[in-house]
Amino acid sequence: MMIYVVMGFLWLALLLYLVMGGADFGAGIIELFTSNANKSRTRRIMYNAIGPIWEANHMWLIIAIVILFVGFPVIYTTMSTYLHIPLVIMLMGIIARGTALTFRNYDAVTDNMQRVYNKIFVYSSFITPLFLGIIAGSAVSGRIDTGATDFLSAYVYSWLNLFSVAIGFFTVALCGFLAAIYLIGEANDEAETKSFIRKARFMNIAAVVAGGLVFIASVTEQIPLVEWVFGSIIGVLAVSAASISLIVMWYLIVKGKRFIIRVLAGFQMTMILLTTTYKHYPNIVILKNGGYLSLIADRGADKAIEGLGIALLIGSLFILPALGYLIYSFQRKDKGDLAEH
Amino acid sequence: MAARSQMALSLGFHIIFSCIGMVMPFFMAVSHFMYLKTNNPVYRNVTKAWSKGVAIFFATGAVSGTVLSFELGLLWPTFMKHAGPIFGMPFSLEGTAFFIEAIALGFFLYGWGRFNKWFHWFTGVVVGISGLASGILVVAANAWMNSPSGFTLVNGKYTNIDPIKAMFNPAWFSQALHMSVAAFAATGFAVAGVHALMILRKRNVDFHMRSFRIAAIFGVVAAILQPLSGDISAKMVAKRQPAKLAAMEAHFKTEPYSPLIIGGIPDVKNKKVDYVLELPGMLSFMVYDDFKTPVKGLDQIPLADQPPIAVTHYAFQLMVGLGMAMMALGVIYLIALAKKKSWFTKEWFLKLFIAATPLGFIAVEAGWTVTEVGRQPWIIQGVMRTKDAVTPMPGIGYSFYLFTAVYFTLSIAVIFLLYRQIKMVPVLYNNAEPQTH
Repeated sequence: MMIYVVMGFLWLALLLYLVMGGADFGAGIIELFTSNANKSRTRRIMYNAIGPIWEANHMWLIIAIVILFVGFPVIYTTMSTYLHIPLVIMLMGIIARGTALTFRNYDAVTDNMQRVYNKIFVYSSFITPLFLGIIAGSAVSGRIDTGATDFLSAYVYSWLNLFSVAIGFFTVALCGFLAAIYLIGEANDEAETKSFIRKARFMNIAAVVAGGLVFIASVTEQIPLVEWVFGSIIGVLAVSAASISLIVMWYLIVKGKRFIIRVLAGFQMTMILLTTTYKHYPNIVILKNGGYLSLIADRGADKAIEGLGIALLIGSLFILPALGYLIYSFQRKDKGDLAEH
Repeated sequence: MAARSQMALSLGFHIIFSCIGMVMPFFMAVSHFMYLKTNNPVYRNVTKAWSKGVAIFFATGAVSGTVLSFELGLLWPTFMKHAGPIFGMPFSLEGTAFFIEAIALGFFLYGWGRFNKWFHWFTGVVVGISGLASGILVVAANAWMNSPSGFTLVNGKYTNIDPIKAMFNPAWFSQALHMSVAAFAATGFAVAGVHALMILRKRNVDFHMRSFRIAAIFGVVAAILQPLSGDISAKMVAKRQPAKLAAMEAHFKTEPYSPLIIGGIPDVKNKKVDYVLELPGMLSFMVYDDFKTPVKGLDQIPLADQPPIAVTHYAFQLMVGLGMAMMALGVIYLIALAKKKSWFTKEWFLKLFIAATPLGFIAVEAGWTVTEVGRQPWIIQGVMRTKDAVTPMPGIGYSFYLFTAVYFTLSIAVIFLLYRQIKMVPVLYNNAEPQTH
């Protein structure tokens, strides 16, 4: 029974990382695509919006990793062995991004170093989700070859393929989209609102294009993606719900609603994650030899799962209310003296 | 070897950042408390200045911690496959503690003037407590590698897994105590040293003197208590890891009245130690509270199970030596506090503290070298050898170079950033007191 609690938390951690971490990465991606004239303003709005919660946003990744290595050691070690290279690149991105963001906010002297921090920040904001997407894509692309004998097929072709890369770009576009939608609500005047709406539209189009690429790549790489997505009633329903909510969301954006559009964007991410995980549940890694790594069959010892589940339940009692209150506190428009930091 | 070096580097880096990240919040909470009580704006400025340090160290500690949670699998997949479920309990709880720390830090850093002042103060305290808790939990996981428990090994299969028992393994308490006290001593002395330098340079003396005194008292008390926890740890090591203790002491021969040796150059080939000061019977006394009982020497440990002796021995000597130096300085500080207030402004006094700035962290690194190198060739003491745990992927050397370059750059960057923070103190906080230069 506890295994389902653990799986639920794993899924929730992935979802929250996609939504909150994604919006966080997206803020950097948006900055990358902002003209120089508007950069500093975008940066200020963005920082005010994410400053208090950005550390917490990235904790979801740690939670997901801990769940994997405690509860599903075979899955964790298979992925970390065969996807070593993209994981290292992603880690480099995480280091660079986290430190650059902190440095630019806490450097007491404002000079040319700021430009260096900004450069590092925006590029790592792009590269990190790109490789996160590649890793996620590689898990289901069936290219991980545990029987491989040469370096390239074991450690490079496991992730370097059209499908995984397309998923990487799709992830980047989703992050940018989430951030743009979030920032619409943070804009201070008409011009800023317009500019973020424009960005949201751009990112939305980019996501649709990248999503199309994913489907094309799945055909050339002979991955039954169409079957996975549309092969079940849940998949069809989720895709329809996401599409309808997208249309509703754009209508509400034009109407000037700020809060509900965030909820809808989050809902779309939930639907996307649902469709991509539902069909091959409980398998989360598909191997080249046709085998699977399954959350059920490859779970760790029962006692370990039990302990993990209890730890997660207790942890969530503390984390969720505190996090909720944190977000609520800094949502209110009377943002004390944030500029000071 | 490259994998071990990479892990050592990552941890060596992480250990400094997390120590500061978990101890400084307590300094911050004290000065914040003083501010709320006395309303003296200098304390508010000290709190704010420290909170920026905490934010910097927390962020770097968080990213280096994230990297470590992946590196465990990237470098040691075989180890994690078997050990993950067994010693995962402290990691699951640590994830929670760390998360709470991140949330509390968000409240604290951005909460000035937004919340009830005592709620705000409390969030700062939560940062410290949850930081300390995650430190203890991670050390408990490391202690499990030294004294594995909570499972049965039958024909290479790990069965009968009990994660709770694994977490509360026999070494967890001694190691966690030793590490926590060390973190307070090291951070206390490091922070005090920096402020002492500023006092000596006559920059914002009031600001730096108040900071100095808060940091120093934490460091001093911890340094004076540390030998106690060291003694508990040594007894535990003697019981669970005789090879490690023998290497620490370069103790080659098992005999009654085992000597405690100070200094010396171990000559591994001829199984003796040159240029050494021997205190007969003292090692026996330390371990068994009796001068006669022989302590197991390296002659009773198969060569294949011996750790690198010279490294372990030097690291241990270095750690103890620095610990003693810090304790002595601690005593001087207490004398100053009780009897000789005038010492606080004396140049020699401040210079001693400036000289002691890095000592604690050198000792922490040395102590960590003792526990890790001293456990070799095992990754899990007596259960799994390090060489059997490493990733099959070739070319780990390159990954090591990459991480070295990154951590090196990062350290430089953090030092640069802190230097600029400290340099800007007069500009940022000059509303509190007139410029002194």
